[in-house]
Amino acid sequence: MDFNLTEERGMLRDTLGRFLRDKYDHGLRRRLEASGQAYCPDVFEGLAELGVLGALFSEEHGGFGGSGFDLAVVFEELGRAGTLEPILPAVLAGGLIAEAGRTDLVEEIIAGTTVATLAHGEAGARYDQSHVTTSAKVDGDQIVLSGTKSHVLNGAQARLLVVSARESGAVMDEAGISLFLVPSDAIGVTITDHVNLDSTSAATVVLDSVRLDASVRIGSAGEGFELLEASIARGVTALCVEALGAMEAAKTLTLEYLKERRQFGVPIGSFQALQHRMADVLIEIEQARSAVINLAGNLHRPRLERERHVSAAKNMIGRVATLVVEECIQLHGGIAMTEEYALSHFARRLTMIDHLYGDVDHHLERFITLSAA
Amino acid sequence: MDLHYTEEEQAFRTKVREWLAENLPHALSEKIRLGKRLTKADYELWHRLLNERGWLAQNWPREYGGAEWNAVQRQIFEEESCLANAPHIVPFGPTMLGPVLLAFGSEEQKRHYLPRILNGEDWWCQGYSEPGAGSDLAAIKTTAMRDGDHYVVNGQKTWTTLGQHADWIFCLVRTDPGAKKQEGISFLLIDMKTPGITVRPITLIDGDAEVNEVFFDDVRVPVANRVGEENKGWTYAKYLLTHERTNITGVGFSTATLKALKSTAAQVQSGGRPLSQNPLFAARMAQVEIDLMAMTTTNLRVVSAASKGRAPGAESSMLKVKGSRIRQELTSLMRRAFGPDAMPFQNDYLEGGDNLDALGPENAASAAPTYFNMRKLSIFGGTNEVQRTIITKTMLGL
Repeated sequence: MDFNLTEERGMLRDTLGRFLRDKYDHGLRRRLEASGQAYCPDVFEGLAELGVLGALFSEEHGGFGGSGFDLAVVFEELGRAGTLEPILPAVLAGGLIAEAGRTDLVEEIIAGTTVATLAHGEAGARYDQSHVTTSAKVDGDQIVLSGTKSHVLNGAQARLLVVSARESGAVMDEAGISLFLVPSDAIGVTITDHVNLDSTSAATVVLDSVRLDASVRIGSAGEGFELLEASIARGVTALCVEALGAMEAAKTLTLEYLKERRQFGVPIGSFQALQHRMADVLIEIEQARSAVINLAGNLHRPRLERERHVSAAKNMIGRVATLVVEECIQLHGGIAMTEEYALSHFARRLTMIDHLYGDVDHHLERFITLSAA
Repeated sequence: MDLHYTEEEQAFRTKVREWLAENLPHALSEKIRLGKRLTKADYELWHRLLNERGWLAQNWPREYGGAEWNAVQRQIFEEESCLANAPHIVPFGPTMLGPVLLAFGSEEQKRHYLPRILNGEDWWCQGYSEPGAGSDLAAIKTTAMRDGDHYVVNGQKTWTTLGQHADWIFCLVRTDPGAKKQEGISFLLIDMKTPGITVRPITLIDGDAEVNEVFFDDVRVPVANRVGEENKGWTYAKYLLTHERTNITGVGFSTATLKALKSTAAQVQSGGRPLSQNPLFAARMAQVEIDLMAMTTTNLRVVSAASKGRAPGAESSMLKVKGSRIRQELTSLMRRAFGPDAMPFQNDYLEGGDNLDALGPENAASAAPTYFNMRKLSIFGGTNEVQRTIITKTMLGL
């Protein structure tokens, strides 16, 4: 047993942490939002130069990391800084693109010159991963995609989409789903973007008889679900660690405020009613950290074991994040209700994460089902 | 990062598991499985078997007859013991007093007392809490006044666990009533047979008399029975409390209880199906299982650091608060799992008598008493509120 980071990961964490403390703050997020930009291209380029994207891929795929703990190092720092840059889409789509053997594209993703994202969600699918109605019809050497994909993260900034579509079976069947690599400028693709509650950008992607060479299919026909689930497991790991970083940031802000804010002539942190609530926040964050360690350390395990940890961690993160958000706002008082104060971003991001790829209840139910299997 | 036990640690686990399978008497594990109370003879038998194997005093050095295990090994032993339904070690001698004597006792004290703890000659109990000194332990009022080469002890201790069996008690006493609270306290070893000592059992909410009041009326104790320096007892007490707290997470207990809970919920019928398939109950069980999975890792993070020589500080407070909540929740679910069968209070059965089938499954009788008993977890060894205050001061800097 060893709960310490390797030297390389420790170095990446330190450099990345320094870079973000230097470049990122709430003011930048607000400026980006005011100017209608989804993220800061300079920072994204800087992150790529630091090797942040390379750390997400294994050596086999052209990167220098790729394990659960590599994701952990990167995303905890991103979460702590509250970045808006499209790193999560690279996890969700990048692994699948690597799976397709497109090392040329992976290289571009790692270099930060191409943004790729996963276009999987659909209206009415809620958190059911196998809910796919978008159709894929074979026509000679070509494939024709039709349907609408929703909540596509950074869809409007992406040059490449990994689209899930059904070649056979009923709406909720796992069998029959395939994955396709679709350039966002393909004829018949319409992308409409919107802003999420945490200032990140997402899009609705309409595929109107998009005709592509059949070679854009990733893996075998109708057998995409397994790949998809494994990729989402990596995405959920990234999200859980990011949430951990964001919780640490919220905790730090709150602790500073408790020491500096004075009422009744004393710092409010001297009141035991507040101290004990803060102690619980700390205890629960450590529990969340353990759940994340369990997930990162089991990401390479067989499917059932891996997915049980996915659901355990996502459930734990969802519960603890809600506690941290609500307690940190309450412990601050009125100031935490303002958009101008940095806590507002972490509160919104943490809340948003519970809505991505399954919330507390969804994953509790899934954990029960997986445990019985 | 590596979540897995080393090969040595896995081999150690196998060794412990095999030894338990061969040596744990069936009569004892049955009592634990059914939640029956253990007698003095039960505990003594278990201590004797462990000592014969050299595993009773787990954190003592080998030269004193200890096992010299690190924190990870002790954790593994605890898990395996709980899963095998082994009794717990009565901690007062081997786990608490032993390390204090080793750290602060005189050579004569080590040579005299340590072997007697190992061979079971002396059963120790702890004389810390008093009616007016619970969370505020340093407020103790029991006095020990010098009279030649003796101290004369007067006062009262309370919540003295298993004191009814004890031959000796280690006590915090006030030797300088004029000094500041923490500075006038000494650490005394007192023979329970000394004239002037009265033990009165306290029957608790679960019907068991696990704890006692101990009264001291002009009890003469040789000065040679003082551990360390006069008026430095608070330092030794704090040292001991750290030892007490590291083991307080109860991950082993919780793991075994969760296993028993799942098996009970699969057997108990509710609405024409096993209770384990009732979505609400299944959700409650799953929630605490997820908490325990994380807690196990939180515990290992602290334990692994401790086994590399870092003394757990406020982390043990964190483990205590969360670990006790999980244990309490599990015993609460166990009680609810039995439904109406948790209602009969079968004291005779818990004391070793036979079950009455009409009153429910054989392990139902202990569910509610155990639930009540486990309320103590968030009270003793420093209440969870005291632990939060420790966290506030040391980890949050407030």
